[in-house]
Amino acid sequence: MRLTLHIWRQKNSLDKGHFEKYQLDDVSPDMSFLEMLDVLNEKLILEGKEAIAFDHDCREGICGACSLTINGIPHGPEKATTTCQLHMRKFKDGETLYIEPFRSRVFPVIKDLIVDRSAFDRIMQAGGFISVRTGQAQDANSIPIPKKNADLAMDAAACIGCGACVASCPNGAAMLFVSAKISQLALLPQGQPERKRRALNMIKQMDAEGFGACTNHYECEAACPKQISVRFIAMMNREYMKASLLKEDD
Amino acid sequence: MKLDPKVPSGPLQDKWDKHRFEMKLINPANKRKYKLLVVGTGLAGASAAATLAELGYNVETFTYNDSPRRAHSIAAQGGINAAKNYQNDGDSIWRLFYDTIKGGDFRSREANVYRLAQVSVNIIDQCVAQGVPFAREYGGYLANRSFGGAQVSRTFYARGQTGQQLLLGAYSALSRQIGAKQVKSHVRKEMMDLVVIDGFARGIVTRDLVTGKIESHWGDAVILATGGYGNVFFLSTNAQACNVSATYRAYKKGAFFANPCFTQIHPTCIPVSGDHQSKLTLMSESLRNDGRIWVPKKKGDTRHPNDIPEDERDYYLERKYPSFGNLAPRDISSRAAKEVCDEGRGVSQTGFGVYLDFKDAINRLGKKVIEERYGNLFEMYERITGKDPYKEPMMIYPASHYTMGGLWVDYNLQSTIPGLHVLGEANFSDHGANRLGASALMQGLADGYFIIPYTIAHFLASNKLEKVSTDHPEFKKAEQEAKDKINKLLSINGTKTPTYFHRELGKIMWDKVGMARNRKGLEEALQEIPKLREEFWQNVKVTGTGEDLNIVLEKANRVADFLEFAEVMAWDALEREESCGAHFREEYQYEDGEAKRNDEKFAHVAAWEFTGVGNKPIRHTEDLVFENVKLAVRSYK
Repeated sequence: MRLTLHIWRQKNSLDKGHFEKYQLDDVSPDMSFLEMLDVLNEKLILEGKEAIAFDHDCREGICGACSLTINGIPHGPEKATTTCQLHMRKFKDGETLYIEPFRSRVFPVIKDLIVDRSAFDRIMQAGGFISVRTGQAQDANSIPIPKKNADLAMDAAACIGCGACVASCPNGAAMLFVSAKISQLALLPQGQPERKRRALNMIKQMDAEGFGACTNHYECEAACPKQISVRFIAMMNREYMKASLLKEDD
Repeated sequence: MKLDPKVPSGPLQDKWDKHRFEMKLINPANKRKYKLLVVGTGLAGASAAATLAELGYNVETFTYNDSPRRAHSIAAQGGINAAKNYQNDGDSIWRLFYDTIKGGDFRSREANVYRLAQVSVNIIDQCVAQGVPFAREYGGYLANRSFGGAQVSRTFYARGQTGQQLLLGAYSALSRQIGAKQVKSHVRKEMMDLVVIDGFARGIVTRDLVTGKIESHWGDAVILATGGYGNVFFLSTNAQACNVSATYRAYKKGAFFANPCFTQIHPTCIPVSGDHQSKLTLMSESLRNDGRIWVPKKKGDTRHPNDIPEDERDYYLERKYPSFGNLAPRDISSRAAKEVCDEGRGVSQTGFGVYLDFKDAINRLGKKVIEERYGNLFEMYERITGKDPYKEPMMIYPASHYTMGGLWVDYNLQSTIPGLHVLGEANFSDHGANRLGASALMQGLADGYFIIPYTIAHFLASNKLEKVSTDHPEFKKAEQEAKDKINKLLSINGTKTPTYFHRELGKIMWDKVGMARNRKGLEEALQEIPKLREEFWQNVKVTGTGEDLNIVLEKANRVADFLEFAEVMAWDALEREESCGAHFREEYQYEDGEAKRNDEKFAHVAAWEFTGVGNKPIRHTEDLVFENVKLAVRSYK
């Protein structure tokens, strides 16, 4: 396969950045998208040029590191697939591709295609946990949890924290990410004691980071490689409302 | 030097309780006077850092990823073992202990394995309390499944994402401590060296992967939880950044490396499709429950698998192992696949693949049942290969997956360098020569949540440590060495990329130090590795600079360490003149091809001491004493 690639190059967070054009003539349809970039990078190194920096690690769709916008779509055209699991046979011979980092004001570009997603970590630090010290736990089977709730909690917990939801949202909202964690823990009995505080604190941090608000475009769900449902956003909104109205003194 | 495992005396089941009582404590007010450095934030590192911070220690964590949540523990699919006996099917701590010792082919330390089985039950409790959404039955109680090497159902799971959910549990506990300012989290920082002062591990030197800055960090103790070295084979199921550097640098500073030749090869991975291949994807072993493994009887048969008639197919596992058939253990099925491919009967465009066929299962059970059982795996297979396993057989091949070897540690998880503790896959401790499925997650969390928090207190209380600062000459020296290495890598400006050298090294290791080894091949590897290393230092090309984010430099730095470490692995495989678990020496097998252990000469741990790059390291041994189990021949016929 032959491909024309326009790839975002940016030296560092202060640099303005620009697209650079590359021609790749020998792409195998069996390559993953990142392997295609590996091949390009090997070529660039041998030409004495700097390789294109991009985030990646597990390459099996679970670590959430890879974060490319391909032809305007976070993680590219295939549904429910991270960039690392996207394969070149999904593209046509002779195609032109535009490859950019995930775009968001809250995810500054560090270099080329790598962005800083530490805002997600700070939201987690604000309340994305159950406060249990090691050793305090009772027997795991002492609180039965209806299978339906456990399964729904797992649906939410499947989030890999990649940030495609933010990058796809016209408002740059992080509500799919935040709602997945709030919902997971609100659905489980272990999460009840801190339920209100958690919702308030995580949302407060989300706003402080500068993420936008949801106006129901549902682009996030469409882009999410783990198909996290927007119903969790509705659940989060309920959690937030209840917590705000029935606020306890901390 | 005599290796003292410091195993407490007394009956096996009382050792840990007794030890916990005998160990010294540090009172709560004094804990905040100590600072602990934790390198690596996977299951072992994150659980240790969170727990130590909860106890009141000041903790600093380091990861080369952009967030602790990305560590490769996240990729574990199958589950986590625990001796809960919730199924009432005869499980017990003793049985988990015995299965683990036997699975490891009697090459692990009894006391460590028993303790692992003991604390396994607490891990499940802890994770459930953190909100880990384990699978449940309709009554609301936890579900279990069975896994290889066990006759009971003791594996807890969260769909096919158990590693992810456990890591996110540990990450949430760690996040809470970071939010409380009890942990200082360093991300995108890679350990370049360990700093040893007056015989104690007192700090590390790191490189900031964004700015290139070399920095020193001091601590009262250093905890390494930096995972395994499976990427020495270039292609493996490990994440791209997984490397040996942290443990190897510690080895160069005096920590012994134990059993490096014990590396596990997983039988069911998607085969290599070409030279561009960067990693191998694991397909859950559960597929072997319904799939039948075969190759054509004829060499070089290029017909489409659906066109090959039944009587021209060789279902070789069913033929050789009639009672276990397609469910033979990992090492046995992996070697059998290699054997038929070496005979020229392999499939796929490279000839390194075998078929895993669901046709009979689909005819017997219907497509719907197969879809329910394996739908997501079939989908993943199709996504990667573009082929539909409902219509034609899958192709699979073994790949490097996990490393049982690691830095030698005593019962307290301390290495041969006082103050340097090693957790999880990075140490060698519990799996012997072969790890059972669903035991890696268990060990990582056992070390982090329930063992190191006790033993580190004993270390700190038993040693009077002088305060050090990062101005100490040892820090300055290590910083300089790190800078020199970076500058050297940047200055060579040769003609080959770091990935080229990594791939070449992988070929040597896979062919000669891989699934089946022999003296001739190992001796050749010991000739070829230093040659390749020499070429690397003369001809590697690293573009860019050392002062900013440079992915080529990161890679070169890791490959440089693999090129030294590979030799230690080959030495270990050469000198262990027996076959045990995942270590198969062709010279030592029974007539039917089964592994021939030599308990008289090799019932010990081999721990290697660094003596200079390119020199043969010194082999020390720790005898394994079996007081509670009888050494038996593993048979799966």
